[in-house]
Amino acid sequence: MAKRNAGIVKKKAPLSQRIAKELRHNWILYLMILPVLIYYIIFSYTPMYGITIAFKDYKVKQGILGSAWVGLKHFKRFFGVYNFTNLLKNTLTLSIYSLLVGFPIPIIFALILNYSTKPVLKKATQMISYAPHFISTVVVCGMLQLFLDKNTGVFNSVRALFGLEGISFLSNEHMFKHIYVWSGVWQGMGWSAIIYISSLAGVDYELHEAAIIDGASKIQRMRYIDIPSITPTIVMLLILQLGGLMSVGFEKAYLLQNSLNSPASSIISTYVYEQGLTNASYDYSTAVGLFNTVVNVILLVSSNTFSKKVLNESLF
Amino acid sequence: MSRKETGGFKRSYNDKIFDVADTVILVVLLFVFLWPLWFVLIASFSDYNAVASGQVFLWPKGLTLGGYQEVFKYDTLWRGYANTIFYSVVGTTVNMIMTVCCAYPLSCKDFKPRKVIMYVLMFTMYFSGGLIPTYLVVKSLGLLSTRWAMIIPGAVSFYNCLIVRSYFMNSIPTELKEASTLDGANAAQYLVKVVLPLSKPVLAVVALYYFVGHWNDYYNALIYIYDKDLYPLQSILKNLLCDVQSTMDMGGMDTEFLSQLYARKQIMKYSVIIVSMIPVLMIYPFVQKYFVKGVMVGAVKG
Repeated sequence: MAKRNAGIVKKKAPLSQRIAKELRHNWILYLMILPVLIYYIIFSYTPMYGITIAFKDYKVKQGILGSAWVGLKHFKRFFGVYNFTNLLKNTLTLSIYSLLVGFPIPIIFALILNYSTKPVLKKATQMISYAPHFISTVVVCGMLQLFLDKNTGVFNSVRALFGLEGISFLSNEHMFKHIYVWSGVWQGMGWSAIIYISSLAGVDYELHEAAIIDGASKIQRMRYIDIPSITPTIVMLLILQLGGLMSVGFEKAYLLQNSLNSPASSIISTYVYEQGLTNASYDYSTAVGLFNTVVNVILLVSSNTFSKKVLNESLF
Repeated sequence: MSRKETGGFKRSYNDKIFDVADTVILVVLLFVFLWPLWFVLIASFSDYNAVASGQVFLWPKGLTLGGYQEVFKYDTLWRGYANTIFYSVVGTTVNMIMTVCCAYPLSCKDFKPRKVIMYVLMFTMYFSGGLIPTYLVVKSLGLLSTRWAMIIPGAVSFYNCLIVRSYFMNSIPTELKEASTLDGANAAQYLVKVVLPLSKPVLAVVALYYFVGHWNDYYNALIYIYDKDLYPLQSILKNLLCDVQSTMDMGGMDTEFLSQLYARKQIMKYSVIIVSMIPVLMIYPFVQKYFVKGVMVGAVKG
């Protein structure tokens, strides 16, 4: 009754009163979200403000505010540094290669699982395919070191069976990208496939029945029913991946890096770490990191806009 | 009529080839996923010379527990293990509290600032300060090289909050809220007595994500921890597994003794990998059945 009266009168209480009422009504919710907001202010928004040191000559004693502005000096230095093109090339090589291989494979894997006629095999493969996702990067890199060892690694033992000579895989700069990408596929494909498996399970089976009556083969059903049905999911994940194109995993590149493969394994994120924490050039390292982030954001926004216009699918 | 029949025949023939190919691919993939893990397991029980000379491939050879004996003697590793248990248990607890505190208000439709907060937090998913600005914040808070540096900077992940939030919104009937309000329960009572017990599947999945994240965390320790006593397991594993130098530096001593030492050390690497994975492998089967649900809920647009 009171509610209805309020609706008829249509006279809003002053803002302060409304806020007070909302606070009284939902105080528990406000209390809950408070620590979360404090966390994000301290650990996400304060560092965003800290980005300003990318445009400053940062001196620890003078702090962020007190240090002098230097404009784009650090960016110019980065673009002029001798290995700039190499860093950019390595970063893009690893990320584009990972995307080209790592993106379609989980989709194909999900389709293959979906059409399996052996339920036990299907279940077992699916369950075990998640497992590598839970192994730490350190252990994966350790396994790679052990498996790929020139003298004792099992890969070279297999090569020896065919009379081939041992290769020092990890010291070879040309091998690095393949090792990086395919170990990533091993680790991620089962996990990335989950989302497609679920979307495929949601495809209306009546479509398949109709197609079977019309004489469609399994490949045709895959091509004309399943793939179009999961396209929205595919597009959504593709946008997300494009937005992270420049953020190649730091850990794996860092852990697999050695002096022999470094021409291929130095990427922007390892460079940021080197400059920032090993050399303590905070301002310069921040500038390089910012360059990376900005490229990522541009990629994300443009791929989102593109897909909104062309495919009518978008993330935000 | 006859055309249709041949069509049908051709179809079933094609489909048969397809089925066989499908099964073959799955068997190959099963092998690809399983074999590296299996190999580490059998190598950890095998004689190192057999492993090194390529005689171990599918079954262990020259059964020995030498690697594990070596692991048990390695004190640094156990200190790291204890540290990691601390980081994982305390960290996951903090994570879960923060995640529920973030997800629940954002799932309440009558919570006015919901949209604004969503945008503010969503922004942090795509744009961050980066390595050094975050490092400087952690440093200025005095967290550097303390146990808290492993817990507080990663106290909550907004992605996981979104998963929990959409579960709260989509899988808990709103009638329950009305009923409990009528019974005089406030938001906190409703959350603890009704929502959380009903959300066990998603909470289990998210807790597993966090736990595994802490267990496998190497990055935070690399950046924030300088005190060797505080090193988590992964930092110690890194020194053990990924340090090429340590296995090559040996000269001028009794070669027989050295090669024995080297062999034990190498086999220990396999054992260490197995020991480091035990806790995750133990939880895995229990939570595994919720994975699909957890990932799917997370995929629902925020």
